[in-house]
Amino acid sequence: MFTYILRRVLYSIPVLIITSFLIFSFVQISGDPLNQVRQIPRVSQSTIDSIIERNNLDDPFVLQYVYWVQSVFTEGFGTTLLSNAPILPDIKRVLGNTLQLIIAAEILAVVLAAIIGVVSAVRQYSIFDYVATTFSFLGFATPSFFLALILQITFTNIFLATDTRIFYTSGLSSAGADNFLIDRMQHLALPVITLAVLGIAQFSRYVRASMLEVVNSDYVRTARAKGVKQRTVVMKHALRNAMIPFVTAIALDFGALFGGAIVTETVFSIDGMGRYLVDNLGSRDVYPVMAWLMVTSVIVIVFNLVADVIYGYLDPRIRYD
Amino acid sequence: MPEPVLSIRDLVVDFGTEDGVVHAVDGVSYDIHPGETLGVVGESGSGKSVTVMSILGLIPQPPGRIVRGEAFFKGVDLLKVNKRELREIRGKDIAMIFQDPMTSLNPVFTVGDQIAEAMEVHDSSLNDDRLRAKAIELLELVGVPNAQRRVDQYPHEYSGGMRQRAMIAMSIANQPSLLIADEPTTALDVTIQAQILEVMKTAQRETNAATIMITHDLGIIAEMADRVVVMYAGHVVEVGDVGTIFHRPRHPYTLGLMNSLPRLEVDERWLKPIPGQPPSMINLPPGCPFHPRCELFQGREACRTERPPLDPIESQHHRAACHFKHELKNETSKFAQEGAAS
Amino acid sequence: MTDPNLSASQPLPQKPKKTESSISQREKSEGADPVGTQAAELSTVYEEGLEVKARSQWQLAFGRFLRHKLAVASLILLLLIFAAGIFAGQIAPYSFREQVPLDARLAPTLEGQHYFGTDVLGRDYFSRTLFGIQTSIRVALLVALLSTLIGTVIGSISGYFGGWIDNLLMRFVDLILTLPILAVLLVIAALAGQGSPTRVAIILALFFWTTLARIIRGNFLSLREKEYVEAAKASGASDMRIIFRHMLPNSFGPIIVNATLIVATAILVEATLSFLGFGVQPPTPALGKLIDDNRGFMSSLPWLVIAPGATIVAMVLCINFVGDGLRDALDPTQRRLRA
Repeated sequence: MFTYILRRVLYSIPVLIITSFLIFSFVQISGDPLNQVRQIPRVSQSTIDSIIERNNLDDPFVLQYVYWVQSVFTEGFGTTLLSNAPILPDIKRVLGNTLQLIIAAEILAVVLAAIIGVVSAVRQYSIFDYVATTFSFLGFATPSFFLALILQITFTNIFLATDTRIFYTSGLSSAGADNFLIDRMQHLALPVITLAVLGIAQFSRYVRASMLEVVNSDYVRTARAKGVKQRTVVMKHALRNAMIPFVTAIALDFGALFGGAIVTETVFSIDGMGRYLVDNLGSRDVYPVMAWLMVTSVIVIVFNLVADVIYGYLDPRIRYD
Repeated sequence: MPEPVLSIRDLVVDFGTEDGVVHAVDGVSYDIHPGETLGVVGESGSGKSVTVMSILGLIPQPPGRIVRGEAFFKGVDLLKVNKRELREIRGKDIAMIFQDPMTSLNPVFTVGDQIAEAMEVHDSSLNDDRLRAKAIELLELVGVPNAQRRVDQYPHEYSGGMRQRAMIAMSIANQPSLLIADEPTTALDVTIQAQILEVMKTAQRETNAATIMITHDLGIIAEMADRVVVMYAGHVVEVGDVGTIFHRPRHPYTLGLMNSLPRLEVDERWLKPIPGQPPSMINLPPGCPFHPRCELFQGREACRTERPPLDPIESQHHRAACHFKHELKNETSKFAQEGAAS
Repeated sequence: MTDPNLSASQPLPQKPKKTESSISQREKSEGADPVGTQAAELSTVYEEGLEVKARSQWQLAFGRFLRHKLAVASLILLLLIFAAGIFAGQIAPYSFREQVPLDARLAPTLEGQHYFGTDVLGRDYFSRTLFGIQTSIRVALLVALLSTLIGTVIGSISGYFGGWIDNLLMRFVDLILTLPILAVLLVIAALAGQGSPTRVAIILALFFWTTLARIIRGNFLSLREKEYVEAAKASGASDMRIIFRHMLPNSFGPIIVNATLIVATAILVEATLSFLGFGVQPPTPALGKLIDDNRGFMSSLPWLVIAPGATIVAMVLCINFVGDGLRDALDPTQRRLRA
């Protein structure tokens, strides 16, 4: 087991390195980073020169890469291209907010999807199953920004009609709130729901399919033939096997949540990673963008690792790889 | 003869499919007596597995449906008891061994755990140590080497033959009175097959259980069975003891089966298969299910319209379902002709 | 009576249960036959109702598809919507940019054919939506086409040659899939390629080919071991020929299903990109942009957000149903757990 984990960790390192190189080259290739800046009318040549100087922009490509990697470790991603503001504090702040959002959404999605999926499988073709399936299909078909907007309209109208705030439709917190935790939850509720919906739709189908396959397997038949109670058959024999691919899917999907967060944070005006990326893309400031990509990659790679480890724990066949 | 351990009477099981209703088991009756080995022979689709699975409540309903019938086990009709009672009998009084040991064992639990589960489900008083000790004992009984170590291993660490041994161990854990083996060697190499059959004989000796051996392999029947039930298209077509069935079969299907087997010692120019194809189970021909392929049919009305009853031939112990079985009176299969030992 | 051609293997013939029925059974036991090159089944006539009709692969699949009423209904609705989009220029009562200030802020009404209402500038949203659909279709179909091509090529090469080529390509795929797709798409779009539908389509296609490649690769890996491939090799057929003639036709089913699903995903992603401002650029109409334009007016003019949004949902929903039906029709051997 230990060697398995070790191997997985070692494997991740070159992946990380290659990813960083890819990110760097790709962003740099897509055009002169100073394009935007040059277009600002009042910027003088000397300002531009100093920017070039400061960021080593006239050095060869590979050297720039090295400088950048250096800056990642020593200066915390360095500073923005345009305003020379340090990147790290911003990233820390927005990452913290986004992680709250994503983790809450993931937990919600996993729990609900597991329950819905298992019940749908065990009661195949029942009304519950049909309703769940309909919900899933709708979930697949609705773009998250649309869902977010609908939720926004709905709860805004509820507020306007009844003068009570159930959930907030924008921002992360209100000034002067009594209970910080409750206030934060009220603000995050709608974004979390938006993010979770797609996950629930997707994963519940997945769990259902997985359970159905497992429930019809030979070893479940053996368990029944031994006289094991139906509930134990489902909870112990079937679930344990069905969870294996599910767990992997969850961990792998974590990366996609960062993408989903982009939209959600935009609609609900949340100061998170998503908004950070969009803003910096808007101003074509490459350093924050690269920092964003790097941070996200690291998180995703770490999660892939976690998924591998859990998978190894759950499925004894893999451990002896 | 003593009272049968299991007595199946007129069992009818249907399956609803996209294309229509399949009468997988269509009026099947047979008995099995204590201590005997009953071989149930038939092609895929003959209903031999569905019969026993439905008695044990292992057929999903829907799409399956037990239309009618009775299955008396030690005086209790298994088709009428409630789920809980059936569950108590499964794995304890009646145990089953399945075909494919690769997939029949749960990959995420150790072999020892799974054997222990068979015991623990029926007797919760057993503690973990006792269960483990018993599991090791069973593994040794079925010939798994190094049982002390193997008991904590996972199924994927066992070879195919060993897995099947483990399955057998699991099935006899509770000293069942009836053992049902559904094609236990089909998925295994031929050399391993022989070993497993030996293990089964050991298991039978240990438990004195009656055994239903379901297979399509006549060689296994010859080796293991005391009596034989021949099934075709959901019907029982012939019942008798093994010698009679091999030497003097009285149903044209059985005769055809025997004659289609190649003989190693004799030089045959052509193999003699049974002509035609097995029937579509949705559109079964009326009357005798075998008549489209039967030598004796010859266009006769009775075969086409009336379903032949399973009637005795000279004694209750040998019965065949054929309108014209008497025409086979003087026929003997090629096994008898060569004077093959029973 | 004894026909040596009717073989019986020792001990007893082990035939699949429904020998005379659909080809799918045979597919299961012998390995799928190439669609299109599969000859019609032998028809066997038995007495009294055991007759079986000869039918080709495609006919069987078509029949199976028609049995799914939901899929058929969705297909019809989808075709209607697509037709509306394609012929937007002819059907739309107003042009995309036309403003009729007197008719501003109208709720959906039959007057003046403002079926979806108008915005603050008096632009008709039914027309705008139609043009938006047109853009979505353009992008989505192009994406599907390109992704299918790329995915098929890469998947075939990977699956056919195996070994280190396969390893390399699949690691590459893993790498691509590692990053959040929307983020990467945004970055690419922002830095390199907004603007025309074509450009957006190309960018999307660069990421959408992966699932298809994986599927085809999987298919090929298993087909490689099949006897007819070995036979073809032994008789001197070139790799290209083997791939195109023997192996690829086998994958048509999954390819078609996957391509359909790509269309759905492409519509969603294109809408998201244009909503965020990084997709198809104005003046080209885009459904996402339509929604973004009216975010500020959601309380007073909600239909301006709902109508384009509902259109997206309708399209994607229909495509998914059709895809589901196709999956069942083309690959019934898979134990399908569908709606």
